Amino acid sequence: MITMGHDTPAGDLRLANLTKRFGVFTAVDDLSLTVPQGSFFALLGASGCGKTTTLRMIAGLEEPTSGQVLLGDRDIAGLRPYKRPVNTVFQSYALFPHLDIQENVAFGLRRRGIRNVTDQVERMLALVQLEGYGRRKPAQLSGGQQQRVALARALINHPQVLLLDEPLGALDLKLRRQMQIELKRIQTEVGITFVHVTHDQEEAMTMADTVAVMNAGQIEQLGTPADLYEYPATAFVANFLGQSNLLAGEAPGPSGDEVLVTAHGLRFSVPAGRARADQGPVFLGVRPEKLHLVERPDQVPAGHQHVGGVVTDASYVGVSTQYLVRTAWGSELSAFSANSGVGGQLPLGATVVAHWDPRHAFLLPRDSGADDQTTPLLDQPPVGALS
Amino acid sequence: MRISRWLADRWVMGVALLVLAYLSLPIMVVAGLSFNRPASRLSYDFNEFTLDNWTHPCATSDMCDAVVRSVQIGFIATVVSTVLGTLMAFALVRHRFRGRSGINLLIFLPMATPELVMGTSLLALFVWSDNQLRAIFGFGVPQGFWTIVIAHVMFCVSFVVVTVKARLAGMDRRLEEAAMDLYASEWQTFRRITLPLVLPGILAAALLAFSLSFDDFIITNFNAGTTVTFPMYVWGAAQRGIPPQVNVIGTAMFVIALLLVGASSLRGRRARRAALTAPAVGAGTAKSRP
Amino acid sequence: MTALAHVPTPSGQAAPPPPRRGRHRALPYLLLLPGAAWLLIFFALPLLQLAATSLYDPSGSLSTGYAMTGAVGNYPEALQAYWPQFVRSFLYSAIALVLALLMGYPLAYAIAQKAGRWKNLLLVAVVAPMFTSFLVRTLAWKTILSDNGWVVGLLRDVHLLGPDGRLLATPVAVVLGLTYNFLPFLVLPLYANMERLDPRLLEAASDLYASPLRAFQKVTLPLSMPGLIAGTLLFFIPATGDYINAELLGTPNEYMIGNVIDSAFLVRLDYPQGAALSFLLMAAILAIVFVYLRKAGTEEVL
Repeated sequence: MITMGHDTPAGDLRLANLTKRFGVFTAVDDLSLTVPQGSFFALLGASGCGKTTTLRMIAGLEEPTSGQVLLGDRDIAGLRPYKRPVNTVFQSYALFPHLDIQENVAFGLRRRGIRNVTDQVERMLALVQLEGYGRRKPAQLSGGQQQRVALARALINHPQVLLLDEPLGALDLKLRRQMQIELKRIQTEVGITFVHVTHDQEEAMTMADTVAVMNAGQIEQLGTPADLYEYPATAFVANFLGQSNLLAGEAPGPSGDEVLVTAHGLRFSVPAGRARADQGPVFLGVRPEKLHLVERPDQVPAGHQHVGGVVTDASYVGVSTQYLVRTAWGSELSAFSANSGVGGQLPLGATVVAHWDPRHAFLLPRDSGADDQTTPLLDQPPVGALS
Repeated sequence: MRISRWLADRWVMGVALLVLAYLSLPIMVVAGLSFNRPASRLSYDFNEFTLDNWTHPCATSDMCDAVVRSVQIGFIATVVSTVLGTLMAFALVRHRFRGRSGINLLIFLPMATPELVMGTSLLALFVWSDNQLRAIFGFGVPQGFWTIVIAHVMFCVSFVVVTVKARLAGMDRRLEEAAMDLYASEWQTFRRITLPLVLPGILAAALLAFSLSFDDFIITNFNAGTTVTFPMYVWGAAQRGIPPQVNVIGTAMFVIALLLVGASSLRGRRARRAALTAPAVGAGTAKSRP
Repeated sequence: MTALAHVPTPSGQAAPPPPRRGRHRALPYLLLLPGAAWLLIFFALPLLQLAATSLYDPSGSLSTGYAMTGAVGNYPEALQAYWPQFVRSFLYSAIALVLALLMGYPLAYAIAQKAGRWKNLLLVAVVAPMFTSFLVRTLAWKTILSDNGWVVGLLRDVHLLGPDGRLLATPVAVVLGLTYNFLPFLVLPLYANMERLDPRLLEAASDLYASPLRAFQKVTLPLSMPGLIAGTLLFFIPATGDYINAELLGTPNEYMIGNVIDSAFLVRLDYPQGAALSFLLMAAILAIVFVYLRKAGTEEVL
């Protein structure tokens, strides 16, 4: 029934020009990417960005409108889900309510005609730390336990690729952290390619080797978590992963190792290696924690660049204090100041100078007409306002 | 103040219990009368305690014949209508097709049509087709056992569709996707996941169909010819005088149904939660037509 | 969008569209065919036959055969002969419906919102009467309302009934029987609807200065409307067409249209008249149903 050997190395998972349309709506738009074998890959995006549709096309639950899903050199896009060496951990788990845990976990093995499953099931339950739960029904387990059963049920088949669809979404924060670490441990242990879909940027960054940020059916940027954060490729990424202060400016073109920028009548520069654009309308970006506040211009360290402003808001959040600084032209920059015990709190209304090391700044292409994008003190930036 | 507040919180429950008492009064009377030795054939009043009716339930053999016939008809009508209705429910929930609203109307109308009209119209059809067949082939289809079965299947199908549909619509499609993802083919997915999960709904529908069929009088009355089912026997006996054994049958039906409900609710406390989300399952043991 | 996103596609292919799965377009029709055919042949077709029968020449008989003469006159004749029974059918079932609403609404509300862990038990108690035979239960009312029974005795003692007053064989008995027999059909859909009513809505209403009465009027009642419509239909349709209660608990003075149709087909063998009356009954009921459905929509009532 299943023709391919499940333990033969599969090679990389490659999506080539994958497109999925539902009527007039294009959910996934000519998407191409490679997931190296054995890596922990995260597809990150807001809801409706096409990440789950992409996952379902890999699983075979959705038929691509066009394009290929390649495992090694084999195109599996036309195969029925049960013919693919790919398994899924579903959002909200989809455990079979009428079967006990043991039969849930053994389901895939039994369908492939394997008779003696007890040992394998026991070992798998041990791996997810659920020994002795085999005879219970899913409804008798907690959310975290159900999640681990779903994982065991997929992993026992030794798929070449394991797909995880928001697997931790239904868990509370503490359990989610715990499971993040556990998932990472299991992935390292079994060495299977994991493709993890999530809208939680922190989750993606904690677990994945490579993160792809999706928006409107396309990939905005793909790279290691540190790359994405430190040097985002687009304004969307800069705002979706953490917060950014993006100042609207104009760049006249490259000049040596530096790119000069004029923004709001002030002149700045950014190293050429940190410029995604060096001509025309650009965003000058600085992360809030890279923005330091001092009281007078003469306190700005040599080589740093700065703008002046007034403190309009200060939120004390424990590890840091988050300030809003209104510039002369009215935009509010956010700055995080670590509560390391050095320096005191700045009062509201204080005149301050915000400065940064140009090596921490970045330049992004900007649609002409787009204004400053400085994120308010919210956990998640409003997605609609960006892109 | 405190008393009025207590009353305000409780009066609804009080009214509810009174209504329930009203609803259960006749059952208690039936159970009581099953132990009665009536003063005369036409008396409906309690006269004297006896166990004879229970020890000799078939003292009037006509009645027991009628009960057996009703069970036979109910069984056949249940099997046929459950199969037909379940297939239709699957089509309606799981497939997109043209003409859906027409089909919905065809299923809805029998439930909205008075039984009287269905009974008389079937009678008109059977009489007409009998005449036609006689004219052409020299023999017809007299009304009787099989015309009753045909009629019962007809009015049970809609109720089966509605009951199974509710269960099926409440089922998480992801369970089937998960099965396919775990190497189950379409048939295996149906056999291992879909069917076991829908089965309680199908069983509830079957139970509903059986009780509808077993208890139907109006439609049967028009299409029975000389065949006598249990309700028709009771109807006839009501004119001549009711044998007290009728109450034995009534009480026994009640007790059996109650035991079935009790057993099923004991068997699955989890299933009960599902049954409440799909109310048709909870109501499934009830009849929706007298 | 960005150069980074596009990993070079695998070598040398103009990606062919993936093979289409064999979606069986005919499958839903195959699933529907047997059931739909059954309903068409034994529900829809008979209605046509009934319509034809209602237009037969009334001077024929079952033994001599009927001639199809398009005798539209059967309708006014039937109506003229039996309009009191017609009116009585709708009157009795309307009174029964009002009584059933007064009893059924609090009952459904109590089970759905107030019963707590007794919910399932109470639900079974609502359904339980239907576990036993409809006719047997109706006959039990004969015992309860009997002239020698305690109900009549009590009413005579408190002078609500005269010393020779009776309940059995009066309109009261017929209406009580109708109310009793069809009450569960009203309660079950209402319950299913009210079960989904979030009690926090009532709390919110009272937080926003609504008295219990206003909260009921502005929140509970409008939200229970779909259940109310389904329940009243499921009560009213069979109650109007019923003739068992009138036959067993009443006298010919309480006969409803069902009794007339029954005797037209089975005793007097006047098929054209019976068919005409059936059609009139159905037309009247369907008119009421469709007025309701304009409010509720077919699927919701189902």
